[in-house]
This record gives sequence, C-alpha cells and structure tokens, in this order.
Amino acid sequence: MDLIQMSHGSGGRMMHQLIKDYFAPAFDLRAFNDSAVIENISEGKIAVTTDSYVVSPYFFPGGDIGLLSVCGTVNDLSVSGAKPFYLTAGFIIEEGFPLDHLKKILGSMKAVSEEIGVKIIAGDTKVVDRGKGDGIFINTAGLGVIQKGINISPSNVRPGDRIILSGTIGNHGISIMAQRNGISFEPALLSDVRPLNRLVELMIKTTKNIHVMRDPTRGGVATTLKEIANDSGYCIMIDEETIGVNPAVKGACDLLGLDPLYIANEGILAAFVSAEDADKLLDVMKSTKEAGDAAIIGEVVETPAQTVLLKTNAGGIRIVDMLSGDQLPRIC
Amino acid sequence: MGDKVKTINDLMRSINRPVRLMEVCGTHTVAIFRHGIRNLLPEDIKLLSGPGCPVCVTSVKDIETAIGIAGIDGVVFTTFGDMMRVPGDKKSLFNVKAEGCDVRVVYSPLDALQIAEQDKRKKVVFFATGFETTSPSVAGTIMEAEKRDVDNFFIYSVHKTVPPAIKALLDSGEVRVDGFILPGHVSTIIGSKPYDFMASKYGKPSVITGFDADDILSGIMMLLEQIASGKAEVEIQYSRVVKKEGNPRAVDIMNEYFEPEDAEWRGIGTIPGSGLKLKDKFNHRDIKDIFRINVPECSEPKACSCGDVLKGVKIPTDCILFGKACTPEKPVGACMVSSEGSCAAYYKYGPAPDIFK
Repeated sequence: MDLIQMSHGSGGRMMHQLIKDYFAPAFDLRAFNDSAVIENISEGKIAVTTDSYVVSPYFFPGGDIGLLSVCGTVNDLSVSGAKPFYLTAGFIIEEGFPLDHLKKILGSMKAVSEEIGVKIIAGDTKVVDRGKGDGIFINTAGLGVIQKGINISPSNVRPGDRIILSGTIGNHGISIMAQRNGISFEPALLSDVRPLNRLVELMIKTTKNIHVMRDPTRGGVATTLKEIANDSGYCIMIDEETIGVNPAVKGACDLLGLDPLYIANEGILAAFVSAEDADKLLDVMKSTKEAGDAAIIGEVVETPAQTVLLKTNAGGIRIVDMLSGDQLPRIC
Repeated sequence: MGDKVKTINDLMRSINRPVRLMEVCGTHTVAIFRHGIRNLLPEDIKLLSGPGCPVCVTSVKDIETAIGIAGIDGVVFTTFGDMMRVPGDKKSLFNVKAEGCDVRVVYSPLDALQIAEQDKRKKVVFFATGFETTSPSVAGTIMEAEKRDVDNFFIYSVHKTVPPAIKALLDSGEVRVDGFILPGHVSTIIGSKPYDFMASKYGKPSVITGFDADDILSGIMMLLEQIASGKAEVEIQYSRVVKKEGNPRAVDIMNEYFEPEDAEWRGIGTIPGSGLKLKDKFNHRDIKDIFRINVPECSEPKACSCGDVLKGVKIPTDCILFGKACTPEKPVGACMVSSEGSCAAYYKYGPAPDIFK
C-alpha cells in the first residue's frame, strides 16, 4: 500500500507529483500559481468563512472528512444568505497515511463540489511526522456572494416569528460516537452531512421574510437557539413533540445519558421566518430531498428575554441553556 | 399523562399536608428536569435529590489517588468520561491528561481490557466507578482478563452500593423524607429485596421507578397512594424491566469478584459496607496492591454544600457558591461536575419559570 511520506510535503518532486496525481484532478486548480485569481464575480456583498475539520474516524457512516469539509463551509456561507462560489482547501496529513484513503477523501470533495457548483480553487498540503496528527486534518475557506436585498441577522428576529427546523436532530454526532465505540444500529444510522446551499437558494426565492438562519453543528440545536435568543433579546419557545429524533439517536442518547438537543448536526438548518410566510416556506422545504422532514418547532415570544423554553412531551416546561463543556457519557 | 397528574392532585388533597420525596438517583434528577415534571406537580410536593450519582460521591482522596496512579510511568489510566472533570484537591484527570499523563476515556471496561491486550508493555488501569449497574460488567471484564491471561489489566475500584447509603441517610436522622423514588436500573441487577429494610425497619414507602416522564409520574403517584393509605412497602413501578429477585447471574458474578468494604462518600463521610473491593484472590488485579499511592489527607472545599445536597438537607440553590464561585465550567464540588449531579441539573435547567405555573 502506498503511504504518505515526509517528502510528500517537502516542496520537491514528490510533492509536485502528489499534487498532479491527486489534488489537481479533484480540484479546479487551473494554473499552479501562488494564488488563485478570481474575476469580478458578482454584485452584492462578499461573504467569507473558514473552518477546520479534525473528525475521527475520518471515514464515518454516511460520509467522510472530505465531504464534511466541503459541506461545513458551504453551509456556513449558505445560512448567512450567501451563494457559495469558491473554496480553498488546506491539508495536514500524517506521515504513513494511506494514499488510497487520500484519494477517496479527495473524490468525495470533488463529487460534492461539482454537484453543487462550487469550485475548489486553491490548496495546500503539509505532512507532519507520524504520531503528530490524527491521520488527516482539513481546513477549508469559502467565498460567497450575498445578493442585494438579502439580510440575514439575529437582530431581525421579531416576536411571532416561526422557527422551522429542516430535519431530524443528532444524526451526525451519534453516528460518529457510535462508530468510535463500536456500537452499531439496525438499520444503520448515517450522519446527516449534506450541502444546504440549494435548499437555502430555494428558501430565499420563496420568501423575503427569513430573518435569520443557522446550521446547528457543534453544541446542537439547543446552543444555536440560545445564541439567537441572546442576540435577539427575545424568548424562543419550542415544542419537544415537533422536533424529529431518529429512534436510533433517541435510543443511543438514552443509553449514554445524552440530550439530542445538544448533539452535533451537519446537514440541517433552523430558519426564523415571519408567521405569514411560515407555512408556504415549510411546504417548499418539505418538497426537497434535503428537508423532507422539515417542521415548525416553535415561535418567538417577547419574554422572558434571552431565554429558550421547551414544552416537554410530558406537558412540562423547562429552560434550555447552552452546553457547558463536552457532553460526557454517564456512568450508569 | 394528564390522568396521572390529576390523580396526584387528588391524592395530595386527601393527604392534606406537604410531602417530601427523594429521588435517590442522579438520572432521575435530570429526567425530572428534562421532562419539566416539577411544574406539573402541586407545589406542596417537594422533590429532593439524593446521593445516587456515582461521580458526585467519589471522594477527593479517591480522585487524588486516581491522579497519582495516572502519573506513574507506563500506566494507561482509563475511565468513564464523567470522571474526567471531577476536581481532586487541586487538579482533575483532565488537567493531568493535558500535562501529559496517558488518561483515556472509555465507554466500557471491556474497551480498557482491549487496550491492555493491544499493548502488553503498559499497565492498563480501569477506574471502576459506579453503582450496582456497572460493577457486574467490571467483574465480567476481570473474568475475561483472567480467561485471556491479560496480565497487564488492573482496576482501581471505588464502586459503591445504594442500599447501605440509604440506610445511612435514614440512620442519620437529618433527612426528612416521606418516600423514596428508587433507581430502576440498579434494581435490574439487585431487584427489590435489598430495600425491604426501608419499609420494615424505617416505615418508609419506596417505589422502584423507570426514567421516562410517564414512569416518574407513575412512581410519584404510587408513593402518594402508599402515603395516603398509611402503608410502607417497596413497590416496583418499572416492572417491565425489574424483577423482584433482580438478575441473580449478575449478582453472583459481582459477589464472586467483589466484597463489601467501608467506603468514603464525598460530602457524607464513611458509610459501613457501602463500597466494593476485589476479593483477596484477585489482588493481582488491584492496582492499589501493585503501587502504594500515598495521598495526603484531603479536605473537601470549604463552603461547598455538596454533602448537604447529597443528603437532601439542602437544595443546590441554598449553597452560597452555587452559580457564583461554582459553575459547570469551574466546579468546586462534585455535584456541579457530573451532568447528573443535582447542582449541575439546577444550574442547567434552572427553576421552572413561574409564568407557566
């Protein structure tokens, strides 16, 4: 099996061969210059974001680190109201990493970026000594354009706004945790990692009254909603009954003492929309493959300020706060 | 579920005085908050959290000893995730991991055994914490280690058992409780008999209860029925899982490897016969017999009310440190550390907003 060696990162012949054989076919690197040059891309505001991906294991049920590194950054742009155009990708690879794994990861990045019409136009590779990395780390940065008239911000949130969640929660975090710990599910539980840019484009076309959107990744839906409650100053009231949780996620959470509201997602978004457009938007979302399980999970009310409240299935009410530290599995 | 809430209200009218119930187990404390059960109940039912969170009751000295073991060259110290943040005298396992000790989180003692098998040069120690729900699986893992001749697998046992702790609470006389919500999962192992003394000797009603909202409301309802009719019994609400005799095979394996010893509970003190130590013939698996770790006498943090909280004498918000000097990010006492500690639960979920009462 061919493995990554230190010289693959040394700037010499082997590195050039690696770029030529592996990276260039996967990306849109055009000329091998020190920077990619973008022509005037569009009118509107430019949105920029960056994120690093260190997921372990790097192949997981429903995806891999390559797919995640494209979707994560594309989704961050999308929920800001931007149409993503370009990505850059930086790789830190551990000496001894199998080249066929690299090929598979790059293949995922190529497939998804082509599918959604986003170009990866610049890249970098570094190789670190064996034992100094966990296989492979990827950083991607993304550039997108926010068209005139689109304004997505927590300060737009108003009492009465409805909250639409585009899918079931906890699938990514639990599928990774299960894979790490040799727990398997029947049927298999897959990560929800997926690009959301086309869904968002459609949503923005459907209504001008989307006030804010977020993708609830680390910290889960609870943390995302609490951030919006804090930033907007209002109270967010959600209903447990309407929040979809896959039975495998629920079972694993019960077993490990975790709360699915705090588990990471990689393929859903929460959108705050004015009440009069909520049903129309929900119908449009439900007709897509990305958001077939979308549901209205709650609404914004005036008080208590900066609070998220959950109406439980039992009929009680509780406060939903931010995650403190990591969610650690309990002993008993 | 609405029917049960109505019955509970009816029963409270016939009892006609405030009722204090203790949920012994941290899993129940969290479930009660998560389901928003407090604001479904009439105000004169007071729910108190008990000593049933194994993380919370692990003594400062035991944490210091664990840290001492983790610091020995060639040791891989494995633990359930909850224990990582628990503060010892100054540091936690998280701190010493960052300093370079080989501390690893595992989900089961078998994972630790696997680490031992994969690297025979290391001494792999499993931090055996928890109640009767985890001790049989630790016993089972030692059995496997013996069978597979994995000589480099050891445990550091701070296992504890629930019934002696309840007996100590009742003996102390400090705790005013009308009835106990007992943990369902512990009784899947030990059944209901070890609790019989609560009814026969102390006249306290108890109900072994499951963990979903309906289970908990049913458990409370059954307790109120006993109180209303002046009875004291050990009843099983969680009967779809718990049998009166428990799981005799699991109890047998636990008894084959472990025997009771006096154990120190954080905030409470030494409770006779409430810990589990390895039997003498398995000394070669007991890390305390391999390394003598001398830990100076440790005191518990001043002003910390964990002890009174664990005994149900105080509720977390009575503690002067709560939410100020002591938060989940910077815990002083163990009840704030564990996700199932009562202080952490009060901090995270807060009081039920009055406007929804």
